This record gives sequence, structure tokens and C-alpha cells, in this order.
Amino acid sequence: MKAIGIILAGGNSNRMQELSQKRAVAAMPIAGSYRSIDFALSNMTNSRVRNVAVFTQYNARSLNEHLSSSKWWDFGRKQGGLFVFNPTITMDNSNWYLGTADSIYQNLQFLKESHEPYVIIATGDGIYKLDYNEVLEYHIQKKADITVVVKEMPVNEDVTRFGVVKLNEEYRIQEFEEKPLVASSNLVSTGIYVIRRRQLIDLIEKCALENRHDFVQDILIRYKNNKRIYAFKMKDYWSNISTVESYYKTNMDFLKSEVRDYFFHQSPEVYSKVDDNPPAKYNTGANVRNSLISSGCIINGTVENSVLFKKVFVGSNCVIKNSIILNDVYLGDNTHIENCIVESRDTIRANTYHCGEDGIKIVVEKNERYVI
Amino acid sequence: MVKKEMIAMLLAGGQGSRLGVLTSKVAKPAVAFGGKYRIIDFPLSNCINSGIDTVGVLTQYQPLRLNTHIGIGIPWDLDRNVGGVTVLPPYEKSSSSEWYTGTANAIFQNLDYMETYNPDYVLILSGDHIYKMDYEVMLDFHKANNADVTIAVMPVPIEEASRFGIVVSDENSKIQEFEEKPEHPSSNLASMGIYIFSWNVLKEALLTMKNQSNCDFGMHIIPYCHEKGMNLFSYEYNGYWKDVGTLGSYWEANMELIDIIPEFNLYEEFWKIYTKSDILPPQYISGEAKIDKSIVGEGCSISGEVYNSVISAGVTIKKGAIVRNSIIMQNTVIGEGCIVDKAIIAENVTIAGACSIGVGEEKESKLSTKIYSFGLATIGENSVIPPGVTIGKNTAIFGETTAEDYPNGVLDGGEYIIKAGEV
Repeated sequence: MKAIGIILAGGNSNRMQELSQKRAVAAMPIAGSYRSIDFALSNMTNSRVRNVAVFTQYNARSLNEHLSSSKWWDFGRKQGGLFVFNPTITMDNSNWYLGTADSIYQNLQFLKESHEPYVIIATGDGIYKLDYNEVLEYHIQKKADITVVVKEMPVNEDVTRFGVVKLNEEYRIQEFEEKPLVASSNLVSTGIYVIRRRQLIDLIEKCALENRHDFVQDILIRYKNNKRIYAFKMKDYWSNISTVESYYKTNMDFLKSEVRDYFFHQSPEVYSKVDDNPPAKYNTGANVRNSLISSGCIINGTVENSVLFKKVFVGSNCVIKNSIILNDVYLGDNTHIENCIVESRDTIRANTYHCGEDGIKIVVEKNERYVI
Repeated sequence: MVKKEMIAMLLAGGQGSRLGVLTSKVAKPAVAFGGKYRIIDFPLSNCINSGIDTVGVLTQYQPLRLNTHIGIGIPWDLDRNVGGVTVLPPYEKSSSSEWYTGTANAIFQNLDYMETYNPDYVLILSGDHIYKMDYEVMLDFHKANNADVTIAVMPVPIEEASRFGIVVSDENSKIQEFEEKPEHPSSNLASMGIYIFSWNVLKEALLTMKNQSNCDFGMHIIPYCHEKGMNLFSYEYNGYWKDVGTLGSYWEANMELIDIIPEFNLYEEFWKIYTKSDILPPQYISGEAKIDKSIVGEGCSISGEVYNSVISAGVTIKKGAIVRNSIIMQNTVIGEGCIVDKAIIAENVTIAGACSIGVGEEKESKLSTKIYSFGLATIGENSVIPPGVTIGKNTAIFGETTAEDYPNGVLDGGEYIIKAGEV
């Protein structure tokens, strides 16, 4: 592979509400067995990228724990591997990462010491499969300075939370608006970029001199007329999880057989850290329909149209509907959960009732757990 | 110099012929168990949980699955700079080359391996039991008694005692007598095949007995140590321990896991069991499915009904199929509208639609009454079953079968079709 990888995973999104209190968006659990960053990491390893740096900043405890061993993504190598860069205080810098460009600037040594000619930049909050080599070939063929991977969103979808682009007939980016009030097209940037390593170092150093810190504002938008910035259209599934609604929808997408087939059964695989959980157990009274159930779950009640993450305990006579129950949640008997996302490691006492009336309700109870 | 206080030698070379077609192509320790595990995971996990980080695994019979499963020991944290897991197959020597001819002979042939670690104690284990045990406590017992050999024992019903090695101990647990598979057992304390030897004792015994043919621990080494008047102690174990040597006991042990609170509980945080597992997605339970009293592995896709069964990872059970009281191993596909009752179906089996398996009267097996006699229908790995056939009880199937193999679409109770592997 002619590229190194950078995964920007430092971000927090206040549109994730209570869910982002515990962890960076990149560490959000997805589809029962995965975390969001697994998709970018698996794409990197499946594209045979051998050196990958993950930049973290906001509440990285879950993320660091998840990345504590790089062997799950085949990055545990003597040559290359996975590097996690947290912000550090040095003699000439005592700031946090001030923006995406600044995070790269503060770790510029990693770029300078590499020898691969290209860099692939991705985010930790995209759910997709992509062979970055295809983007790289396109980038070379277009003689582009920067290639931005874009996705055409359905016409009725609100895209104002994304970077919206407009292209000419050669796919060169003409307009790039970050989070516009009114979107002028339905093509959005996925936050995946390909750029020559020397070019990136130059641009980032210039940015730093001018006290600019954001990759999108200060590089993509600022340079869109003097640099050749092209768009690569991604055809398959792509979803970004940084709001509660999109997080909920993305997880629910996995109840559709075509989405499951695409991610679970078609090559290449998505990798994640392996836990030592026993298989799921269904006791008398279990009644599960159209749901994803992960390892270590014990089920005594009704579960419908829901996604249960690992080690969830569902008590007798419980009813779980249209909900997402994150890792290691204990649901006491007779509990009713509908249209909810239940935060991980929570304990819901018996006879509790939670129902999202107009929208998705996030349940965080923080009860002590006395059961074994 | 490398020094390990205790190392373990795990005997995993046996065929386990009483598991019939399940072990036609795999060694018994590599047979799947409990919806996720393989039998060898239990002693291996016990080792690492007991603080033993050096384990030699002796393989001989059909080692491929075992080798891929163990690899360099990552799932058990047995990938170590010093020690870790080492697979020890029989090897050629400049003079007499031979297979492992007995349990003790296998250990004898690996004296050099043990010597490398300069151990004080050697733990001998077998790879075919389901249990959780802290070997460190047993070692403390061994040291406290100043023992030369400690044998783990457990009480068994006296009528079954003649199947085991039986020990008679005094009130201090010192062994007075040792009888291997006695006709008239004089106690009900059975040897579990778990021994701790002080290293010099083991070495001396193995060297002295090296010309004994088929040298076996129960038959030769323990009696030898006993005759020499060494300090033999019995360490009584009272937890869950299951020998899964027959199809009946294998089926039972799996079924015990689905009780509300099973005696052997895999869901306890303490003393976890580790296994090599692929990175698998969660299981999908469709709108038509019904699951009751079962355990179901990762990556399964269930659209039929499942009752009282143990379903391993990656299994597909299609619409309208009904599975009861059965063990279905990895990546097997049960076709639409099949009825499966009291069957053991091994890995990667494809069962076409509308088959009935495990139905009809129980008849004596024509292949081997010793193996296939629990009313079970047993199907070996990679087998193929054509659509619409009926398969009776005490049957055995192995290989790709077609409609012609089933006269009138029926394989009657006690019949068998073996079209692959060694019988």
C-alpha cells in the first residue's frame, strides 16, 4: 500500500446528548458487536494500509480500552501497526488539539517519518465499507491535490449537519459549505480524504503559521479554487452516527437483511475486539422477534425489533420494543422499554417503565447493581 | 536459566472413538461444546486461570483442527516470551521412532521439552473433560503433604466405579491402594486423570519404565510409584466434572447448560472459559422465530423454532424448521420445514428442506451398539442431507448423501450411511 492512514477520533458531538458523556463518538457501540471505529479500522486493514494513527482527545477511555491491543485488526506487527496519539504537553505546546488540522500538526512527526507517498484521512464515526485503494487510484487518475469521498444522500434527507459539496461535470468540487443553513445539493462529504503526504505537510504547516486549525474550513474550503480538489462518489452504504436519531437509525438498519448481508456476510469482514462471552441464553418465557442479540445475553422476556448489545440481561415479563440496549445492561422483571436507547452498564430496576413518546428516549439511571 | 515452578502437559492425542462420526476427522479435544467452545478450552482455561503459563499439548490423532484452534495460544493468553503453549506431536528420532503408545509414553518422549523449563512440579492433564478447577490449590495440597504424586479424585456412584481408576486413601488422604478399572471396586473415589508429580519422581519413573510397552499412567506409572513406597496423595474434588467420552454423556453435558441456573455455569464472571472465536456479528432472530430454553451462538440466523437445544455460532435455521433437544454445531444449515429431534449435527452440515431427523422407534444400531445407543441421530461434519428424507434414531451419517442412499426416502432407526472419513 502506498498510503498511511489517519483516523480522526477526537470528536465529541453534543447532538449525541447523554450518550456522548461517557465516550467519544468513535467508541459508540454499533450493531450489537462492534464499535464505530471498527469500520474505519477494518477498512484500513482490508485496504492493506499498514501504518495507522488514531487521534483521540475527547473522553478517550472507552476508545483506548478498545484499542488496547491492535491485534484484532491485524495491526500487531513489527512493521508498522496502530498508533494512538493523545494530545500531549511539550516544551513548545501546551494546548489541546485546537481543531482537526491542529491535531495533524501536533503529530506532524508521524507524517514526516513515514515514507509512503499518500495519506488516507478518515473519521471514527462513519459506518461503511470502502476499499481506499479505489479512492487512491481515482485520486491519481484525476491528478488531484485532494480527493474528498462524497455520498449522495436521499433527496428528502436533511443534510444540513454535513459538509455539502457541488461538483462540476468532471467531479471537481466547485462549492463546499460546512453545515449550511440551506443545503444547495444532496452530496455530502463523508470526512474521508486522500492527499499526497508532502502536500498535506505543506498545507498543515501553512495553516499553523497562520493560526488556522480546521481541516475543512482552512484547507478544503479556503483552497478549493487554487487546489485541484475532486470528489469520489461512494455508492454503497454509508452512515454517520453523530446524532441520536442517526445513531438509532443506523443500528436499526442492521435489522434489514440487505444491510446485514452486506456487513456481516460479504467479504471483506469487519473486525472488532473479541470478548470471552458465552453464547446467548434463552430461558422459558423468552420471546424474541426481529432482533439482533449479542453474545453473553440472557433473555427471559419479550424482545421485538430491537438491538441488544453484549451481556444484556432481560428479566421475566419484560417487554423491549424498538429499542437499543447497550452493553452489560441489567433489566429487572416486568420492565417495559419502548423507543429507547439504554446506556451501557446500567441497571434498570424491576417494574420500570420507559417509553420514548415523540422521538427516542435515552435512559440513564445509574442504579447500583446488587445482583450477580 | 529458565525456571517454571509448575508446567502442564495436556494429553490431547486420543481419538475418543466412542464419539463415533464426531471424531472421525477430529481429535476428541477439538470437538465443539456448549455453543462456542471446544473441549480442550476447559483444561487450557483452567491452566491460565490457575497461573500456569507453560503448557505442552501432546497431539497425535487428527491434529489439524486442534492445531488451528490452539495456534500460538492467543485466546488463553498463552502467547508468552518464555513458556506459553507448545504443540508436541510425535517425532522421528535417530534410533527408535515411534508413535505415542500410551499416556506415559507420550510424556516420556517429551522429557526434553519439560527439561527446558526446569520445573519443580509437572501437572498431567487430559483434554477431554468439562470442569473448572484451580490447579494451584491442588499444588498447595501437594506441597503441604510433601507428596511425590497427587491424584485428583472425585466420588462416583459405586456401580460406575469399575470404569475408573479407583483409589483407597486413609484419613490423611494418603493413598493406600490403587486399582485400575477394578471389577470389584473397594472405594468410590475415582481418579480424574489429573496428576501432579514432583519432577524428579516423574523423571525417574518414566526412565525406569521406558521399555514398558503402551506405558500408561493409570496402568503402570502410578502402580510403580505406589510399589516403590512413594508418598501418593488423593486430592478430593467435589465440583462439576464431566467425562464426555460417549455420545450420551456428551449430549447430556450440553443439555445441562440450558437449565435456568446450570450446575456448570458459563455466565459467571469468575473463572472464565476462553476460546478461539472468530470475530462474529450478533445473531439475528427473525419475526417468525421462536426460541425457548436454548443457548445460541454468535452470528446465527434463526427463522425457525428452537427448543431445549445448543446451537453453535454461525448456524442457520430456516423458516418452519423445528429443532428440539439437539446439538447443532458451527455453520450448519437446517433447511425449511425440517423437524430435528434429539440429534447431534456436527459442523458445516447442510440439511435440505423438509427432512425429519430423529423420528420413529428406537432400534439397535447396526454399526455399533456401543457407540450409537442413546436414541440419538448423529451426523458427522460436512455431511449433506438431501431434501425430504426421514432419519430414525440411533443412526449415523457421514458424508455427502443423496436421495439414492435413502430407500423410499427413509433411513430407518439403527441404520447408517458412512461415505467419508475413517469409521
